[in-house]
Amino acid sequence: MMAKPVGIAPEGDILETRRPAEGGAVKSLPGPAVWLDERVGIAKLGKAGLRKVFPDHWSFLLGEIALYSFIVLLLTGIFLTIWFKPSMAEVEYQGSYELMRGLQMSQAFESTLAISFDVRGGMLVRQIHHWAALLFMAAMTAHMLRVFFTGAFRKPREINWLIGVGLLSLGMIAGMTGYSLPDDLLSGTGLRFTDGAIRSIPLVGTWIEFFVFGGEYPGDMIIARFYMAHILLLPAILLGLIAAHMALLVYHKHTQFPGPGRTENNVVGYPLFPVYMAKAGGFFFIVFGALILMGATLSINQVWLYGPYNPAQVTAGSQPDWYMGWVEGAIRIMPGWESSWGSTTWSWNVFIPFAILMGILYTGLAVWPFVEAWLTGDKSHHNILDRPRNAPTRTALGVAGMVWYGLFWVGGGNDIIATQFNVSLNAVTWFLRIAVFVGPVIAFIVTKRLCLSLQRADRERVLHGSESGIIVRSPAGGYHEPHAPISNDEAFTLTQHPQYAPLEETPSHDEHGVKQSGPGSVSGLHARLSAWFTGDDIAKPTREEIADSHHHDDEPKQLH
Amino acid sequence: MGALYAALSPATQVAADTGMSAQVAEGKALFQVTCSSCHGLNGEGTSQGPSLVGVGAAAVEFQMATNRMPMAKPGAQAPRKVVQYTAQEINNIAEYVQTLGPGPAIPKSEQYDYSGLSDDDIARGGELFRTNCSACHQAAGNGGALPNGKYAPALQGVEPLHIYEAIRTGPQQMPVFSAGAIPDEDVASIIGYLKGMEEQPSAGFSLGGLGPVTEGFAAWVLGIGGLALVATWIASRGARAK
Repeated sequence: MMAKPVGIAPEGDILETRRPAEGGAVKSLPGPAVWLDERVGIAKLGKAGLRKVFPDHWSFLLGEIALYSFIVLLLTGIFLTIWFKPSMAEVEYQGSYELMRGLQMSQAFESTLAISFDVRGGMLVRQIHHWAALLFMAAMTAHMLRVFFTGAFRKPREINWLIGVGLLSLGMIAGMTGYSLPDDLLSGTGLRFTDGAIRSIPLVGTWIEFFVFGGEYPGDMIIARFYMAHILLLPAILLGLIAAHMALLVYHKHTQFPGPGRTENNVVGYPLFPVYMAKAGGFFFIVFGALILMGATLSINQVWLYGPYNPAQVTAGSQPDWYMGWVEGAIRIMPGWESSWGSTTWSWNVFIPFAILMGILYTGLAVWPFVEAWLTGDKSHHNILDRPRNAPTRTALGVAGMVWYGLFWVGGGNDIIATQFNVSLNAVTWFLRIAVFVGPVIAFIVTKRLCLSLQRADRERVLHGSESGIIVRSPAGGYHEPHAPISNDEAFTLTQHPQYAPLEETPSHDEHGVKQSGPGSVSGLHARLSAWFTGDDIAKPTREEIADSHHHDDEPKQLH
Repeated sequence: MGALYAALSPATQVAADTGMSAQVAEGKALFQVTCSSCHGLNGEGTSQGPSLVGVGAAAVEFQMATNRMPMAKPGAQAPRKVVQYTAQEINNIAEYVQTLGPGPAIPKSEQYDYSGLSDDDIARGGELFRTNCSACHQAAGNGGALPNGKYAPALQGVEPLHIYEAIRTGPQQMPVFSAGAIPDEDVASIIGYLKGMEEQPSAGFSLGGLGPVTEGFAAWVLGIGGLALVATWIASRGARAK
């Protein structure tokens, strides 16, 4: 039995050139379309848009999950705004939930309870909204990881990557403000956390706190302010950024995985109409349906169990939603360092995990496309995606980052882990304090080695074909395993990627002793970093090596 | 029932030579077999276990009727187990320990009866619970972690008697809340609130009631995981059936 060939992109049958020739006028449209065309020119739009080709891969749909979750957020959010009262005015609860009757609470919390218990369908919509928020952030994160590991952020898509980083960070703030609105004990505790994080900013922290809360925490304005941000400001910016994100996607055309017939100058896939319209439209309803299913069957944020917010109370098991969990974790495992200089207090225990760590992550993400281009010296357009193994250092850095993030994430749930798995809270914390430094290094080394091994396996496969699994004994008594040559298509897929030679240091001074610092000059450090980033690739087989190996394979091999 | 028994049992047959009731004598005998290896032959405590002088009958009833005591093995905290002793045996030991030094007695059922409470009382019990208890036991009584492997247990399904006794005697890591801090009627309100919460239906599968951690886990595993499977199916379908 032959070993299964590795999956390569299937041959598509529809090609779109990146520079379509200008066509003539569209004829034979039905009546209403003609009417519309004469007024807004839909024929030209449709001609360009409807036949737009998208390549197929499951991972290209992760971004769609984020988009559809956002639409669900808008739809359910509109419903919630009809009933929610963004006010911190105190009222006495007299609604349906018996266990809180007669309790003083904010109007925000009262109306959240009303949405949950007294508005028809309110509980379902609230739960769908919250699940959609979690899914929106998760899908954006998964989509970002896909883009990172396949190198889709490279030229010409750096700006779209930056928009994506903006969407991710604004989505986080949108989620955080929404989490705070119900004004239950959990959301208030989260707000207290945010307040502490703001205050930890040296020198200006207290001032910013007074600015945000309109006085000392919690004040009586923050819900109304967060409400404005949550339903107006942030969705508007998100919507604008999403529009720009998608406009650039259309302008650049979608990237595609390497395969026969796929070049930097074409897109192989199916046209928007009818195939992709059906696929994407169908997927929207599947995402919407999945969210309704989750909202209907899985309880989320049962605010009535937490009770109204009271700054004097705090509950065990207080966690933010998952996308803030890693910051929570970093603060939980941080030693309690604090300095007092003069009249000022410097809360390193909060400031380092909150501001420095978030700064490192988001800045790192934002600058990465430019750093990588600087390391490789690559200035060419890329429309063919990388297989992650073919960019081993990038892939290893990405996995190290995921491990780093994941360990902080675990820290955010250290108490849940302690109680659910019967381990000591202190042991979890101390393990993480060390692991956040050691774990990423191990992950980097292991991932890089795995990528290089996979490169070697690819090289081996191109040169010697796939293992047949048949051991043949020759009349002379030798053993060998015949290898079946792989198809040209597969060989192309395995060898099409560019490989970079590390940048070489250029002389820092010319023969006259004049310092050289032109755009083409490479410093010693730059050269060393470039070698670190690109230098370990396993050379892909050359044409000669492949030709040579075919002759070589004709001779029976001896196994000893 | 233990309390009722303690209140009604004719336990005062006097053994003339020791001045000790038969119940106490039986309790002492059982204590010396089951408890003394850690707490000492006279409950004075050893390096393995604390002194029981002055802990009171309520502490014994709580620890033994939830079978936290006797401990199966030394550890950060004694977990709740299936009860091994009859109510009579537990009461005997409780009465014996009460003779070592005065402490909280096993309460009468009217001390923690919450059946006659109004909505306002229950809501007030919720406020008291969130203020005094939720920092460790979690707002919905789901329990929480404490340092070094210790924990505040979940409160669902705990007998009202045991909640009362825990508040008054402060077992293991728990502080003592005396009647001066939380009077009996407030304890009853707290118990009424906890029992009221147990009767509330959940808005779907509760995912363990652990809050955002399990919710985030579900969003990733069920949400992204499930939809990635669908995406794989969608991406594998072309315009032509293959």
